Amino acid sequence: MSCSSCKPSLPGPALVNEGDEHPEFPSSSTNPCKLCTPLGACLAFKGIAGTVPLLHGSQGCATYIRRYMISHFREPVDIASSNFSEDSAVFGGRKNLHTALENVTRQYKPAMVGVATTCLSETMGENMPMLLGEYRAEATQEGQPALVHVSTPSFKGTHAEGFHAAVRAIVETLAAPRSTLERLAPIALMPGMVSPADLRHLRDLVSWWGVPATFVPDYSETLDGGSWSNYERMPSGGTSLDEIRALGSARATIECGLVLAGEKSTAGTHLAAKFGVRLHRLGLPIGLRQTDLFCGAMEEAANAVIPERVERERGRLIDAYVDAHKYLSGRKAIVYGEEDLVASLAVFLAEIGVWPVLCAAGGRSGRLESAILGAAPELKGRIEVREGSDFGEIETQIAELKPDLLIGSSKGYKLARSLGLPLVRCGFPVHDRIGSQRIQMLGYTGTLQLFDCIVNALLEKKQEDSEIGYSYL
Amino acid sequence: MSSDIDILPSRTASIAEAGRAGGPMKCGKVSVAGSVSQRACVFCGSRVVLYPIADALHVVHGPIGCAAYTWDIRGAQSSGPQLFRNSFSTDLQELDVIYGGEKKLERALLELIAKHQPKAAFVYSTCIVGLIGDDVSAVCKRVAAATSIPVLSVASEGFKGTKKDGYRAACEALYKLIGTGDAAGISKHSINLMGDFNIAGESWVICEYFERMGVEVVATITGDGRVDAIRRCHGARLNLVQCSGSMTHLAKKMEAEHGIPLKRVSFFGIEDMAAALYETAKFFGSEELMERARAVVSEEVAKIFPQLRAWRADLEGKKAAIYVGGAFKAFSLVRALRTIGMTTAVVGTQTGDADDYNQLREMCDPGTIIVDDSNPLELAKFCLEQDIDLFIGGVKERPIAYKLGIGFCDHNHERKECLAGFVGMLNFAREVHATVMSPVWNYVPRRARRMPNAECRTANDRGEEAVA
Repeated sequence: MSCSSCKPSLPGPALVNEGDEHPEFPSSSTNPCKLCTPLGACLAFKGIAGTVPLLHGSQGCATYIRRYMISHFREPVDIASSNFSEDSAVFGGRKNLHTALENVTRQYKPAMVGVATTCLSETMGENMPMLLGEYRAEATQEGQPALVHVSTPSFKGTHAEGFHAAVRAIVETLAAPRSTLERLAPIALMPGMVSPADLRHLRDLVSWWGVPATFVPDYSETLDGGSWSNYERMPSGGTSLDEIRALGSARATIECGLVLAGEKSTAGTHLAAKFGVRLHRLGLPIGLRQTDLFCGAMEEAANAVIPERVERERGRLIDAYVDAHKYLSGRKAIVYGEEDLVASLAVFLAEIGVWPVLCAAGGRSGRLESAILGAAPELKGRIEVREGSDFGEIETQIAELKPDLLIGSSKGYKLARSLGLPLVRCGFPVHDRIGSQRIQMLGYTGTLQLFDCIVNALLEKKQEDSEIGYSYL
Repeated sequence: MSSDIDILPSRTASIAEAGRAGGPMKCGKVSVAGSVSQRACVFCGSRVVLYPIADALHVVHGPIGCAAYTWDIRGAQSSGPQLFRNSFSTDLQELDVIYGGEKKLERALLELIAKHQPKAAFVYSTCIVGLIGDDVSAVCKRVAAATSIPVLSVASEGFKGTKKDGYRAACEALYKLIGTGDAAGISKHSINLMGDFNIAGESWVICEYFERMGVEVVATITGDGRVDAIRRCHGARLNLVQCSGSMTHLAKKMEAEHGIPLKRVSFFGIEDMAAALYETAKFFGSEELMERARAVVSEEVAKIFPQLRAWRADLEGKKAAIYVGGAFKAFSLVRALRTIGMTTAVVGTQTGDADDYNQLREMCDPGTIIVDDSNPLELAKFCLEQDIDLFIGGVKERPIAYKLGIGFCDHNHERKECLAGFVGMLNFAREVHATVMSPVWNYVPRRARRMPNAECRTANDRGEEAVA
């Protein structure tokens, strides 16, 4: 996919020969800009209190995903597996799934088990609702957990789709009609794939309006908690099942993600269709405009004006924009990662005068470009947008685009290093720095953090490249 | 300290205690479903073994996950080509799964080989390939004919066994290369290093010792590996097998087909490193080699010994837990820990066999917990009950240790520290000292709670004295 005015000299998608079955995809990926769907599902499940994710597939899927997440969050990430063998691949995974559920229940005593499929079980056509129904019917152990199942074949979509699918599955499975109990109706907040620190800040931000909010998911504590005196089977924190059950009576839903906003069925559309909950579909609140929209939705949902302290944060952000604008004006960035992140970063960059010359995502929603241009029309005709991209492709474009910096996960380090460009790390994964779980970019205050990082990365580069070495800039 | 964690009934037979009578440990089986095993899969086994072959193209045939999670995460170094540090995948999509992925694989291989000009290509099958029935071998054959390089199919479908089966599949693929090169001009005192992965340049350290002895290293195979060296490695007179779990299969095949004997060795710790050099000299029956081996050992030990002794004074009596992939590494670690005054209170592996566990039971102090294919809850339980000061494992074990306020030493392939050879022993001791003696443990809840009882001299004071 490319924008209408993209330069003809830029290489397009890999050439394909006539007679190919599905010519829209290149034949191979070099250094992927995406991960597989079950990883996203596991991340979402980690944000539900007392939940153990369970992958229905080979042992490796769980272990690889654990290792990948542990390296980013630096927290225990226990993910169970039904551990397929050749037998289960031939005769079906029923027995393994049931044994796994039994053992997880026995060992962890979870409130919920989030069951995600893998390419293996999906290709076999495992009938998950039936298998889980049978397990429920046959289970004899006391204290059976809630079971939420999500279909996450890794040959379809990316970790971002897996994440959103799991959020939807959690809400669809658990949210119940308005209860007779009187309670202050919460705002349902689907924050998207953001950092634990961003979740905490968003929670603070929302709390200043004085209404309760239920985040789905909320791994702000489970994936960035304190030191323990005893081993916590399931780290404390996360949104409780009761909170999710009460979402049928939510006063409004705010669902973040510019690309997600075009998705036909999400957790938010489910709450709207089934319970008539008003749905606000917004971008991730990065930058002034997108945070303004978020606050606008909050004002409407809470029926209260923007709190003064939020106004002050907003003012500080604008002030910082002004202070640094000359260091940024006309600079070029390459932004990569999952689609919602790339889209919202691009919109933010546009408002600070940085030109996101290449916006590359591993996903293939077909909506990335329209999502960006819808929120930042000034970028029309000025940027290259790539879906289904990988670092192999980004590398072929980078020499011509001559960017000043890269923004995205640590997976871009190799490229940044080879070109001597600054890399501003954000998103997932960041495997080469401490504090990946605390990188902030949401809200006026989070944006300020990211903004400072971007400006300082450029200043540092300028300083390093200078023969004089000014210590006063 | 006790914990409230119960062991799953289906797991109890895989846990034993040194010094206590008991039947053979249950091991070598597939992991218990839902146990949250620390093991990976067949694909992982193959991928880790072949990964450091630096001038080969490594293509993962399957959906993106398997390729993404194994992209440039290991500490294996190359002195030349860096091709192996890329991640190539056929990134199978839904339609490929329906219609088959053979054509896509063939096109991918032809394009990637044309672009990167590798010396050989390895094609890893993932779970899904085993289901949709792609004939990967046939594709490899066609591409090999078209490109004139070896294109080797690795039968590594994730569900078809355990990580060990993946090692075997990797050995089978490697074996197709061996014997295809010219072995002329190889010295009579020559070896191959097998199962060393050149993490942080470890193979180079080991090779240098052998060179000083006058032994030619023909191929390092799995560490800073090169296709051409592997093709002629059948000319070596002896195979030294370090990571015995991964490479014994290949070494045995070479013994049967090429008459090359094998020796299981370890390059971790002073004792085992020295033994590897002596054993090699002994094998060649040369007093001259033995003399030089002794010289290497005494020179190297002299370099590190004073510092080791200083650190040992701080570490004396501290307790360690070990959880690693293979048992041979565990043996070496138990011994290396003794060298620096520490005891092993928990030791486990992902892939040990009955003999390995018997040996651990014999060599460890009574009361040491020995475990096969463990999981986070068990490991946490053992750490708490044995009151561990240091955990040696990989990234997946690290948060268990850190959350409980326990020092940690990464001894897996993701590490970027050279821990092999004599210099590696020094680095190992430095790492252990740095983590065990850190002042941060004074502030973690588990330690802080027991401080009033323990005679708690501040760790950092003692640490700094010794380092200075």
